[in-house]
Amino acid sequence: MTGPLADWPLYEVFVRSRRGLSHVHVGSLHAADDEMALRHARDVYTRRGEGVSLWVVRSDAITASSPDEKDPLFAPGGDKAYRHPSFYHVPEDVPHL
Amino acid sequence: MTPEVPDDVTAADLAAYCLMLGDDALVLSHRLAQWCSRAPDLEEDVALANLALDLLGQARVLLARAAEVDPAVVPELPAGSPAPPEDRLAYFRDAAEFRNLRLVELENGDFAETVARVLLVATLRLAVLDRLATSTDEVLAAVAASGRRELAYHRDWAARWVRTLALGTEESHRRLHAGLERLWPWYAEAWRPHETERRLAATGVAVDPATVAPEVGAVLDDVLAGTGLVRPELGEPPGPGGREGRHTADLARLLEEMQSVARAHPLGRW
Repeated sequence: MTGPLADWPLYEVFVRSRRGLSHVHVGSLHAADDEMALRHARDVYTRRGEGVSLWVVRSDAITASSPDEKDPLFAPGGDKAYRHPSFYHVPEDVPHL
Repeated sequence: MTPEVPDDVTAADLAAYCLMLGDDALVLSHRLAQWCSRAPDLEEDVALANLALDLLGQARVLLARAAEVDPAVVPELPAGSPAPPEDRLAYFRDAAEFRNLRLVELENGDFAETVARVLLVATLRLAVLDRLATSTDEVLAAVAASGRRELAYHRDWAARWVRTLALGTEESHRRLHAGLERLWPWYAEAWRPHETERRLAATGVAVDPATVAPEVGAVLDDVLAGTGLVRPELGEPPGPGGREGRHTADLARLLEEMQSVARAHPLGRW
């Protein structure tokens, strides 16, 4: 059962391209339910060969960091070189580290 | 390199069949395009445009094939017109020369009637293209192979909407019911093969639509299950119809709009 248009929840859309490894956020849309969201995402975001896989997630299911918290959460450890994993040799057969 | 016409068919028959399938796609494409900027919401506006573009692509290949196989069907234009043959067929034929089923030329009606029509047409066309993929004509086989993927989505889209509206509110059920009631009589035309279809089906080039009726009936029953809506028997119409060039006034009005710019500038370069 679908409610009036104004009640349709917002969904975030993620697409994985043919050569990509991860889904990338491409935008958002409204839909009445999950299945419809997938169809809408296919119609709106994948008409130019963008991808091979689609994820849709209700926006209210996502917990995001707030811009105000940027400093405490992400303060760069630029002056703490000892924390960066750059002092050992990565083996040849470990491609995606 | 032009794919050859199969040995046991005439060029005129093959061209006529391509026009039948091509005109179905072209006319329905235009009807769906008329929803642009008028759909219930933005995403459905894009969806309807997508469906229209898919069908337009199929129409183009089919009309081009008809022109290639039998140049006599292409309307004459003033010398120097750069319009390619498929454009000439689309924009310069009169209504009586179109070979589409009348079902696709009817005015759109409301959204419920529109999704009902897409369901009816997509189910039929998908069943036909599924079998056409093994046609002995290379071009038809290729059109069918790529077209069936598009139509699988069209059918899925329409089926979802038909069920949503049928099981939704009292108003949506009423509108869907009214839409289907208006369309069922026109669906009958699809099941009586034209003699060209019959001849070509016998040689493996075309598909006799009567042979896909059981499958289409089963799919529609599946979609309508539990909704309280019932489909009539897929019978035959009483007289000649779209395949014979007999059309409703709706087609004349559609062509007037669709062809107006091209006809005003036959030497135009687009």
